[in-house]
Amino acid sequence: MSDATSILIVDDEAPARARLREVMADLAPEFPHRIVGESANAPEALAQIESQRPQIVLMDVQMPGMTGIELARHISARAAEADHDAPKPMPLVIFVTAFDEFAVEAFEVNALDYLLKPVRAQRLLGALKRAQTLLPAEHLEAIDQLARATNTRRRHLSVHERGRVILVPLDQVLYLKAELKYITVRTREREYLIEESLTSLEDEFKDRFVRIHRNALVARPSIAGFERVTPTGDGEAGDPYWQVVLREVTEKLPVSRRQWSIVKGLVS
Amino acid sequence: MAPSDGKAADYKSDTLSVEQALKARRQTEGGQAPVIPDTCNLGIVLRILVPLNVIALLAAIVLSAGPMQAMSRFLDIAVILEPSALASLVILCVARKGVNGAALPLQWAMGLGVPALLAGLAALIVQRFVEPEIGALDAFWGVAGRAAGAAAAAWLLIEYFRLRARAYSPSFSEARLQALQARIRPHFLFNSLNTVLGLMRSDPRRAETTLENLADLFRVFMRDARELVPLDDEVVTCKEYLAIEQLRLGERLQVRWRLDLMPGDALLPSLLLQPLIENAVHHGIEPSADTGTVEISIERAGERVRVEIANPVTTTPPVRPGNQMALSNVRERLMLLYDIEAELKTGIANDRFRLQLEFPYRRERRRRDVRRYFDPDR
Repeated sequence: MSDATSILIVDDEAPARARLREVMADLAPEFPHRIVGESANAPEALAQIESQRPQIVLMDVQMPGMTGIELARHISARAAEADHDAPKPMPLVIFVTAFDEFAVEAFEVNALDYLLKPVRAQRLLGALKRAQTLLPAEHLEAIDQLARATNTRRRHLSVHERGRVILVPLDQVLYLKAELKYITVRTREREYLIEESLTSLEDEFKDRFVRIHRNALVARPSIAGFERVTPTGDGEAGDPYWQVVLREVTEKLPVSRRQWSIVKGLVS
Repeated sequence: MAPSDGKAADYKSDTLSVEQALKARRQTEGGQAPVIPDTCNLGIVLRILVPLNVIALLAAIVLSAGPMQAMSRFLDIAVILEPSALASLVILCVARKGVNGAALPLQWAMGLGVPALLAGLAALIVQRFVEPEIGALDAFWGVAGRAAGAAAAAWLLIEYFRLRARAYSPSFSEARLQALQARIRPHFLFNSLNTVLGLMRSDPRRAETTLENLADLFRVFMRDARELVPLDDEVVTCKEYLAIEQLRLGERLQVRWRLDLMPGDALLPSLLLQPLIENAVHHGIEPSADTGTVEISIERAGERVRVEIANPVTTTPPVRPGNQMALSNVRERLMLLYDIEAELKTGIANDRFRLQLEFPYRRERRRRDVRRYFDPDR
């Protein structure tokens, strides 16, 4: 690395951020770096990662709203889709956690490094050096593994729009619809586009979304009912089919014949 | 050792595991306590036979005119008492393992029925040999009366052993109390140390105060769970705790105290309020990125002390799992310490979680010489 390593500190507690900054300052002779920012929560952190492009993120695990592990997943999802945008190198994440048996156990089986609070300078130095030896692909895999091990389900979808990151809370999502290579995320107010696979979204959010068609998942609470339609186009009538009537929005979504047998169980 | 043994020796051991303490708690509640004492145990056998014979002898003496008559009366009783009592002990010794844990009425039926049946049987046999020409009514009266007498004696003895078991159980309640209180708070400790380290260079004075608060807190955490402390002291502990959390959480944590009507001399078990406040911070403040207020009001209501704690309800789950036990923990301590005299109610109103705790107002007799005080701006 030609330049000093750029570092972002993410922790919701001000004294904890101050501590990390001081320890990093102590390490400056051995580990040339510059701290490009500090964030106190997930949206701030995502914005700073977009704008500052840090190479390493020191990330607290226990944060309000979104845990560090979920945040890391959003970062890795962003990196995974970097190929068609301008190349976006994935920042390496080093987790910092206070005593938490569960998380520590998850880290033990993982390639990712973690630090226990209070953080010691030498331990931090070791983690920084080791982080740089990890290949980006290994890093991405390790974050996914960690999320699975801690059973971290995302509570938001991260949407990238004109260099900005928007976190859409999952409980506001009415349906997800695959269109070409994008997925449309529909909330009451508007639509967003994300690049993920519908199948993996279905797996991850099984308890909230039900598949109604090869290309669509609908949030169970937003299903208002079903209605039967008989298409009347081009003179001859097509086969009748069912469609989902949604709460809060007017559009209706067709249910495929194959899924109907499963979906009709929801009618009660 | 059979886990269900009700014998007194079990209650004496000094070192107790949580498991034993839990078992003891079930026993004090009476739900799982066996009705029939362990009649295989020699100590218990003696505690049954000796009093029975002494009572029989005393009864014979009181009802007789002279020593010869007393002796003959005692023998009359003994000829029925000894075989039926011994046989009952043997049968119950074997049979109690089968009915322990069964429905209470069944256990009682067994405990009373076996001695009654055997005493009746013994009376019947004695009648056949000693007074074969007795009338039918008298014969029935003799048999039924002795059976009833045996059942009554068995009832008294069983109650005696049950009371005895209960008398030993406070040591278990105490062990249970200790277990409930001795929750280590690793998360809090490490977060606090991290906070102190974060302040060390920029604000050494505040770092010092925080370490002092932390030391005070851990002194209290390690104190005896049964110790009663004045409300004033408990409030100081709570304030020290909140001062540490305040540094960590900053603006997000707002605290409003209402203590104008607080009876500072009221006694309460040490660390009764602090876990409730910790709970409020943990569930109401920590999970949210927004500012939230914890309100605490303590007042006297007649002969009772009323504590109210309110915190915002957050939609996101707590930042870390665990420590969910706080409420049930405090509830159990209240139960052990105050039985039904204390009350803990919770509810949600206007997006706030509200907790109301009431316990009897008891004062300390002498004021302590040293009063602790709390000054966050020191």
